[in-house]
Amino acid sequence: MIELRGVSKVYGQGAHEVPALRNVSLRVEFGEVFGVLGQSGAGKSTLIRCLNLLERPTTGEVRVDGRDMLALGPDELRAARQGIGMIFQHFNLFSSRTVAGNVAFPLEVAGCSHAQIRERVDELLALVGLSDKAGAYPSQLSGGQKQRVGIARALAPRPRVLLSDEATSALDPETTRSVLGLLRDINRQLGLTILLITHQMEVVKSICDSVAVLERGRVVEQGKVVDLIARPGTRLHDLCYPRSVPVDAAAAPGGRRVELSLVGEHSTRPILTTLARRFGVDAWLLEGSMERVGETRVGRLLFELTGPPEAVDGALGFLREQGLTPRVPHV
Amino acid sequence: MSSELLRSLWVATGETLYMTSVAAVLVLLAGLPLGVLLVITDRGGLWERPALSRVLGTLVNVGRSVPFIILMVAIVPLTRVLVGTTIGTTAAIVPLVVAAIPFMGRVVEQGLREVDAGLVEAAVAMGATRRRVVFGVLIPEALPSLVRGTALVVISLLGYSAMAGAVGGGGLGDLAVKYGYMRFRTDVMLGCLVVLLVLVQLVQWLGDGLASRFERASS
Repeated sequence: MIELRGVSKVYGQGAHEVPALRNVSLRVEFGEVFGVLGQSGAGKSTLIRCLNLLERPTTGEVRVDGRDMLALGPDELRAARQGIGMIFQHFNLFSSRTVAGNVAFPLEVAGCSHAQIRERVDELLALVGLSDKAGAYPSQLSGGQKQRVGIARALAPRPRVLLSDEATSALDPETTRSVLGLLRDINRQLGLTILLITHQMEVVKSICDSVAVLERGRVVEQGKVVDLIARPGTRLHDLCYPRSVPVDAAAAPGGRRVELSLVGEHSTRPILTTLARRFGVDAWLLEGSMERVGETRVGRLLFELTGPPEAVDGALGFLREQGLTPRVPHV
Repeated sequence: MSSELLRSLWVATGETLYMTSVAAVLVLLAGLPLGVLLVITDRGGLWERPALSRVLGTLVNVGRSVPFIILMVAIVPLTRVLVGTTIGTTAAIVPLVVAAIPFMGRVVEQGLREVDAGLVEAAVAMGATRRRVVFGVLIPEALPSLVRGTALVVISLLGYSAMAGAVGGGGLGDLAVKYGYMRFRTDVMLGCLVVLLVLVQLVQWLGDGLASRFERASS
């Protein structure tokens, strides 16, 4: 649905060159919610603006919905942009227009008739739950309501792709959850592909299917969110499970330190007590945490197994038989 | 004050209103596009044209830095070409317009620059044309400050028009100098001042009223 190939963006010239994106490639499948996670200054804003050419990449290729964006003429580009909705951190609502007027704007751009506009605006305000605010001005709304108007406005011309530029960063946690829930619903109901940029791990965990981690203009990690979180050593895993106990620290005499990732149904089984019962080992829990990633539970356990060496080996073997991959750091 | 002088005051007020209002309309017609161009041709603007932007900026600065009294006599040839004479109320409109257009341009520019760049970006991202961004977003969003700016320019025009009067343009300035100053008629002088004061107040009041109506609509 969206594809970037070898995209670089350099600001300034000569000695003042500042690279914002370096050779970024990524692929967003149809109907997925794709997150780009990064600190401020990582190049996220530039990246999202390269998709609808608010910024023109210095080099590389941008394809959205099968179109080679960089090959489009001015009129074609405007038409393509009507098929790519965008929402913003600071909402960017027109203060001189009412809520209905804001939602109507892209429809006016698309050349719809008054009757069509009125019908579509009513439909969208109902979708985002703001039918009673049609005549209000943006300054009379709360942050969450403003972003809902932003979403309605972005959806008005029935785009195939929605770009979200830190849409929840200016909102409090509860409003963030409700706006993310709305985005999730839209994604499901309308089959809309969403690309969002964020610096909040929470956003990635709660609604993204896939993610790319951006650091200093480079994609350093990309894949399914669940897979990356479940795989130790990835940045996502580390962000999800901050460590307080060093994994490689010396274990108790005769003990083995074990790190385990649990995904999906594995996370619902009583693993430690099973080991204790079947192999007569003791399991000392050092760290443990369960996260909800979308609808999947993903957990990480760090524990120490003590007991006769063959019992410990047996226990580790059992874990492997279960399809788990216990990591036993060498001490 | 004799009835004859009252009549003069009445006529002079009419002349001042005529000069100022005709000039104001022309200044608005030219200043609005100038201000828009100053904003959109600038680096990073909607219609980046650095060379044009520099030329316009320089012209505006030159226009703004020439004192009105000098500009008035310096453009006498232009006035002659445009209105056929260099004396009288209509002739005075030419220097008034020439002097106030750059001022209006800057006032409009400043108003438009106050509009959040994010709104322009949002409109562009929706596929809006440049024309729609300017007329559908920039100008409506800047309307309160454009109205206030226009009031400011009109008030300056009132002041300039008094100066134009002093060199044969007629109006309240002319009356105040000829009778109030040269013939020591303090009552005429005071009369002129009061009328000017009332006019300035009226314009300011009208501008503020309109501006806050637009602001209220959006807040």
